Amino acid sequence: MPDANSLYGPLDPAPDAGWTDARPRMGFFTDTSVCIGCKACEVACKEWNDVPGSGLDLLGMSYDNTGALTANSWRHVAFVEQPAPAGHRTPPFAGYPTAAPASATSAAVVAAGTADDTGTEPGLPTGDPVAAARMAAGPEFLGMPGSQPPGRATGVAERTDFRWLMMSDVCKHCTHAACLDVCPTGSLFRTEFGTVVVQEDICNGCGYCISACPYGVIDQRKGDGRAWKCTLCYDRLGAGNTPACAQACPTESIMYGPLDELRERAAQRVATLHERGVPEAQLYGHDPTDGVGGDGAFFLLLDAPEVYGLPPDPVVTTRDLPQMWKRAGLAALTMAAAAVVAFVGGSS
Amino acid sequence: MAEAHPVGFQWVMEAKRRGAKVFHVDPRFTRTSAVADTYLPIRAGTDIALLGGVVRYILENELDFREYVLAYTNAAAVVSEQFLDTEDLDGLFSGYNTDTNSYDQASWQYEGQERNSGGEDTGKERDSAAGLEHESHGVPTSGRIRRDETLQHPRCVYQILRRHFSRYTPEMVERVCGIPQERFLELARAWTENSGRERTGALVYSVGWTQHSVGVQYIRTGAIIQTLLGNMGRPGGGILALRGHASIQGSTDIPTLFNLLPGYLPMPHHADHETFDDWVGSISRPGQKGFWGNSRAFAASLLKAYWGDAATPDNDFCYGYLPRMTGDHGTYQQVLKMIDGGIKGYFLLGQNPAVGSAHGKAQRLGMANLDWLVVRDLFLIESATFWKNSPEVATGEIVPQECRTEVFFLPAASHVEKEGTFTQTQRLLQWREKAVDAPGDARSELWFFYHLGRKLRERLADSPHPRDRALLDLTWDYPTHGDLAEPSAEAVLREINGYETASGRPLSAFTEARDDGSTAIGCWIYTGVYADGVNQAARRKSRHEQDWVAAEWGWAWPANRRTLYNRASADPQGRPWSERKRYVWWDPEKAEWTGYDVPDFEKNKPPTYRPPEDASGPDGIAGDDPFIMQSDGKAWLYAPSGVLDGPLPTHYEPAESPMRNPMYGQQANPARKVYENPVNPMNPSPPEAHSDVFPYVFTVSRLTEHHTAGGMSRTVRPLAELQPEMFVEVSPELAAEAGLAHLGWAHLVTGRSVIEAKVLVTDRLTPLRVDGRIIHQLWLPYHFGTEGLVTGDSANDLFGITLDPNVLIQESKVGTCDVRSGRRPTGPALLDLVADYRRRAGMTVDRRIPLVTTDAVGCDDAAGSTDQRSPEAAAGEKRGEDA
Repeated sequence: MPDANSLYGPLDPAPDAGWTDARPRMGFFTDTSVCIGCKACEVACKEWNDVPGSGLDLLGMSYDNTGALTANSWRHVAFVEQPAPAGHRTPPFAGYPTAAPASATSAAVVAAGTADDTGTEPGLPTGDPVAAARMAAGPEFLGMPGSQPPGRATGVAERTDFRWLMMSDVCKHCTHAACLDVCPTGSLFRTEFGTVVVQEDICNGCGYCISACPYGVIDQRKGDGRAWKCTLCYDRLGAGNTPACAQACPTESIMYGPLDELRERAAQRVATLHERGVPEAQLYGHDPTDGVGGDGAFFLLLDAPEVYGLPPDPVVTTRDLPQMWKRAGLAALTMAAAAVVAFVGGSS
Repeated sequence: MAEAHPVGFQWVMEAKRRGAKVFHVDPRFTRTSAVADTYLPIRAGTDIALLGGVVRYILENELDFREYVLAYTNAAAVVSEQFLDTEDLDGLFSGYNTDTNSYDQASWQYEGQERNSGGEDTGKERDSAAGLEHESHGVPTSGRIRRDETLQHPRCVYQILRRHFSRYTPEMVERVCGIPQERFLELARAWTENSGRERTGALVYSVGWTQHSVGVQYIRTGAIIQTLLGNMGRPGGGILALRGHASIQGSTDIPTLFNLLPGYLPMPHHADHETFDDWVGSISRPGQKGFWGNSRAFAASLLKAYWGDAATPDNDFCYGYLPRMTGDHGTYQQVLKMIDGGIKGYFLLGQNPAVGSAHGKAQRLGMANLDWLVVRDLFLIESATFWKNSPEVATGEIVPQECRTEVFFLPAASHVEKEGTFTQTQRLLQWREKAVDAPGDARSELWFFYHLGRKLRERLADSPHPRDRALLDLTWDYPTHGDLAEPSAEAVLREINGYETASGRPLSAFTEARDDGSTAIGCWIYTGVYADGVNQAARRKSRHEQDWVAAEWGWAWPANRRTLYNRASADPQGRPWSERKRYVWWDPEKAEWTGYDVPDFEKNKPPTYRPPEDASGPDGIAGDDPFIMQSDGKAWLYAPSGVLDGPLPTHYEPAESPMRNPMYGQQANPARKVYENPVNPMNPSPPEAHSDVFPYVFTVSRLTEHHTAGGMSRTVRPLAELQPEMFVEVSPELAAEAGLAHLGWAHLVTGRSVIEAKVLVTDRLTPLRVDGRIIHQLWLPYHFGTEGLVTGDSANDLFGITLDPNVLIQESKVGTCDVRSGRRPTGPALLDLVADYRRRAGMTVDRRIPLVTTDAVGCDDAAGSTDQRSPEAAAGEKRGEDA
């Protein structure tokens, strides 16, 4: 175990924060293998916490029109359309005349057309040739695995495999929460449940927490200036209730409970999925020895974290703070010494 | 199901956790497909071909649950010699009348019963959606039915089924549906392997299955499979209809339909049911076997509930006050009548036809031609603002200053702002408490109708006109409470349950109903919901405190039975089919039926009971006939009457299809209801020319994020922002073919309208190879309209009006269209574009849609008189070819 007030390594954060009557640490286990992308969590969160609207924009990112966790979206369901095989399933498009647009089969499909003559008359606009060319150009590397322009994720192989991943993302309530560590006003605090909460009446909008979060979760609200994020429904927890999102989740993809129990349940679930031929099932954020000391909200994913837009190896940004202070102190001392030497030298 | 019923889908996920394999068949890859083990893309509108393939797979491999099928179905019944199948007539059945485009069902009857069809004029039955009545009534089969227990007789139902489905081979499934054979066989194997003595399978469908010109036959095919596999009346089996919103089951039980009264009593027809006895006789059919034999008591008790003291046996319980049907009063007929000026006023309650009904333009033009329109809704919906904000205002077809309709908008209370019951798909009534007061002037439906009735009665109190007696004699004495004088919903439930008129004692069971005026019952199938004066629907005993059937949660009609026809869960001798699937059985010591559920059988009728020759009513049902509402106690694999478009399901192409029916010369359902009206042109389909003007297939459905016509979701910010814009989903292949850019605009054109939408190019859609050619399908959500926080064009504007003949449901899940990149024109140019498409497609005003597209024999009448050969000879010849 690390020292008290450690900024790194496994520990129980509530007692560490000074709670003498700390409750068992509570958290979320989000099992994405049973998520159906209904977004009830997003709606329940907004309704209960009175979170303002986050914009009426069609994003074109599959069925995700929320985009990211922001000050106005404390739950975010990501939708990832992938040509990857889901090992345990029959490839959905096996045997269908479906292929990558760049492939010969696809070319034939397109060339064959839909009918002999669609009867287009002069004067009616034909399809946009630029768009058609773009669609036919095939995949394009955008710098992220699993991230492709829609409909162009396949390589030259036939488009037979497909899967649609859905994942409800949320603040991780880190064991070592950098946002809390850097907060100069004490607005961010550790609750008796081990969760991390912003007190809106104290936050002064300095924004330090935003750059500190290794997941990019906490965010400043426009026109308000203060920082906002998931509170793990602190008000509901105090009354013995389940957080709104977990309460609303119809498939129990979002599970709420004592973190120890959730970790056990998660380990069992992964083992079951591996047995059933889902080797890609993996946990994320469950490990107390990881860079943030384990998350209070952790996940079962069906692919690498990057595919969902999660950092593969997050590290609490304040991990090196003691060392940095030491170094800075040393540097200051050296400077001071140099200055002294200079003066002393000058007078000699 | 995950898309439209995410809460119910939790149980599918629970089953999956326990190792169940989930199959999903859908034109597009949805959120359900994402978690299914196997996903099968299918061409929209071809489900009968797929399911027929499963029927054939069962029959050819003898995978049916033979003991169940022999004992509990009509598989052994021998059908009339006069019957000719679609195999004989190129897609038609015998009895088709080309003048009325409907069937005479005489030749479909069991042998020797050709005169008992009760459906000589199916054209009239179609107008009154009589198929819906038959759904629960059964139809007459009197006398003895000839059976062949060996199932070898060439005219026994089993062999007719085999022959009828013989061409639904895996190759044909692939040719019609676009589903590769191996994929189809994977589905057929899984379904059959999980049914039988030890295992049962449930079939769950949603409204999208019904919205076809052959909608009823879709469900029929599912029922045939479930019956052959022994999945009816047994735990874990059945066919469950997921409803489009809360209490749609309730709204057919106590109907909002023009042709039904509460408890599935038919609305009388002015010509056929002149007297009370005519009406009741048409339901109970004296001499008829089965439980409808008691309907006189149900009918009398209903009228007694309506008209109280005024209703006496001497005046036929005021039967004369009941409105009568004169023909088709379905919602689409009404809209066309509005356009023609035949309807003056209209109430819209929680419905938004301007967005939610097929052919939005017809809906809006109809509503724009009324004297008055009352809209009660939570929000100001499109159906209340069409006169100033609609596509027709933009094109100049509706001029706000000149629109004659006076619209009254009355805010309504939501489900959390009023008390009452919901009835869900399992027929379970669950009581709802009021959580909060409704805001402002918003009121409950109960309040609205009670006080409307009260005021009308006050206005008419001194009326000398006999026509007003029906209103003045109504029992209208519900207790009210609170400042707003809200009527008591419990009092209404008590009336629905029924009571003894003398003592006011609530009835416990519908068997207490009497036809002498001593009982009053608002809806006989609900009797028992207020037994002992206790609101049984409000019971909330946890499932952890009772057995797995959970009989003390809410209340299910009839008689709190959770599974209908559950006598079928025991074998003919009354023993459970298997220990694993034990549910209801005969206890020989106590000489009664017992089990986990309320037995759906007379409690003390032993399995060995055989009815006397002349028995009728319930006494006519043998001790081993579980399907007690049917006149022969059997589940019907073959429907000798009652289904207006054929005794067996047959694959027909949708009314609008880009291709010729690969199975028969008959292209589409020959008995479908069409409305030849200038406002309702249907896109041409083969064999008509010019179908290539509309080369693409489109289908519509819901997004999880929105609710139906959007009135309750586009108006609510946290929902609206989740799906903020109208879009169309296309495959990459179609995007390349039509030059569509992701997030760019596209517009879709049909013979009715043109709408625009943002394009989502996605791998979730695939082209299909069907009958040697490529078919592209597009998908659209139907939630958008011109009001609310997020707006967009309405997908339902694309559809025309073509209906299923049995229940008059519209075909609004498949149509043909053209898709073009860019935005649609606006103003009058929009009309020009549609007119141009119509011209190119030959959709002139005098065009008549060919309903019959085959030259097969016998389509003029049952005897096949148009052909020189006798029908027998023709049939024999055809069979010879097959052999």
